[in-house]
Amino acid sequence: MNKSLLPYLILAGSLIFVAIFAEYLTPFDPYVQNLESALTPPNSVNLLGTDRYGRDVLSRVIIGSQTTLCASLLLLSVISIVGSLIGAICGYNGGKLDTILMRISDIFLAFPQMVFAVAVAGILGGGLFNAAFALAIIGWTKYARIARGLTLTIRSLPYIDAAKMAGTSSIGILFSHILPNIAGAILVTAALDIGTIIMELAGLSFLGLGAQPPTAEWGAMMNNGRSMLQTASWVILSPGFAIFITVAIFNLLGDKLRDVMDKKSVV
Amino acid sequence: MAILEVKHLKKSFGDKIIFNDINFSVDAGECLGIVGRSGCGKSTLVKIIARFIPADSGEIFLDGQNITNEKNLKSIYAKMQMIFQMPEDSFDPRKNLGWSISEPMRNFNFKNIDERTKNLLIEVGLTPDFVEKYPHEVSGGQCQRAAIARAISLSPKLLICDEATSALDVTTQSQIISLLNKLRTEKQIAILFITHDLKILEKIGGRVFKFENK
Repeated sequence: MNKSLLPYLILAGSLIFVAIFAEYLTPFDPYVQNLESALTPPNSVNLLGTDRYGRDVLSRVIIGSQTTLCASLLLLSVISIVGSLIGAICGYNGGKLDTILMRISDIFLAFPQMVFAVAVAGILGGGLFNAAFALAIIGWTKYARIARGLTLTIRSLPYIDAAKMAGTSSIGILFSHILPNIAGAILVTAALDIGTIIMELAGLSFLGLGAQPPTAEWGAMMNNGRSMLQTASWVILSPGFAIFITVAIFNLLGDKLRDVMDKKSVV
Repeated sequence: MAILEVKHLKKSFGDKIIFNDINFSVDAGECLGIVGRSGCGKSTLVKIIARFIPADSGEIFLDGQNITNEKNLKSIYAKMQMIFQMPEDSFDPRKNLGWSISEPMRNFNFKNIDERTKNLLIEVGLTPDFVEKYPHEVSGGQCQRAAIARAISLSPKLLICDEATSALDVTTQSQIISLLNKLRTEKQIAILFITHDLKILEKIGGRVFKFENK
């Protein structure tokens, strides 16, 4: 493994570790209300203070990492796998299927992504699943485009002709030769997209179209603390800072991964 | 008996006629050299014979069977294999040579594939440890030998060599030609050798078909 990638992998791995074991890392129950200690500023007991219901903000930020990261990574996995498969099938087979699916993707790409997601999530109603679904509807197109372009390049290479002459079926060529050879580029794109997906999901939750109360989710937590920015800034700043740190780490990881996998891109 | 017979083959792209009324045949154990300048349509002809693209008209017979519109390509490739111009590009960069050489045998449900793969490597002048090597880890000549090993793994009746030596240095060219000649005489494989270099054809011997646009 490339050593320069290690610090970023450790940081991202730490975030994922926190998300997986969030239940065991929270100092207090993130959902238990205690109105007597509502809006307590950060202190030695509640390190990041409490919100308007007296819930420990640090505990909610930690448990919120589970909601935000899991939803984002799951969404990213779905759109990158589905999009890549569609793109690779279109690129390899061509024909009418390619034309139809690529025109559909053109239609989706014509919409501003966030506006479209807000509209879809608004129609479907609030909820993390609906927000993720709204982002997935438009998100797969990018991966389909990239996978199709890469497949078009690869399918004309001699080793694909050699595989055909070896008697390998179209599905075999797709899964044995094409997808493994485009996986690197897709992985880099996905790594660079994690930050964007986290921001978009948090954005939809901030608008009230994502996670619903009392679920601890960073965007929804920022929405809850919005009216208290001047009186109890820790309520909005803590999840905001968590989003900032997470997005920065995954963006740096994505950049480094791209540099490692495509040395030509290092300027 | 003719292993490959091409009759009245025609191909055009749009209004541009690439070739018209091409006729030739290759017998078992014979080498037919197809020569022509760059851009004359040699590679297009190869792609049509290998069934990668369709012809406008004409017929192709392989071992007596009309394969012009044959749907079962797998049955065609059991009798016809190809060696490509750029040896490294003809192997999947993510697979080792052993995997790639044994790919045809896996698809045709051969037995003792590992042993057969090693024997094929020895037959083309490589050592069995090449199964673990990746295309970028070996020289162009070694890679082309591995390509020949893959091509003969199904014991084909026809071997198409599409500029198979043009990317190699002179010494390696001679070695590959000797290997092809050995296979031709020992296994009675018909060879269709596409090149723009007449000197190469003199070394390999056999008839020459001069390819010209019509």
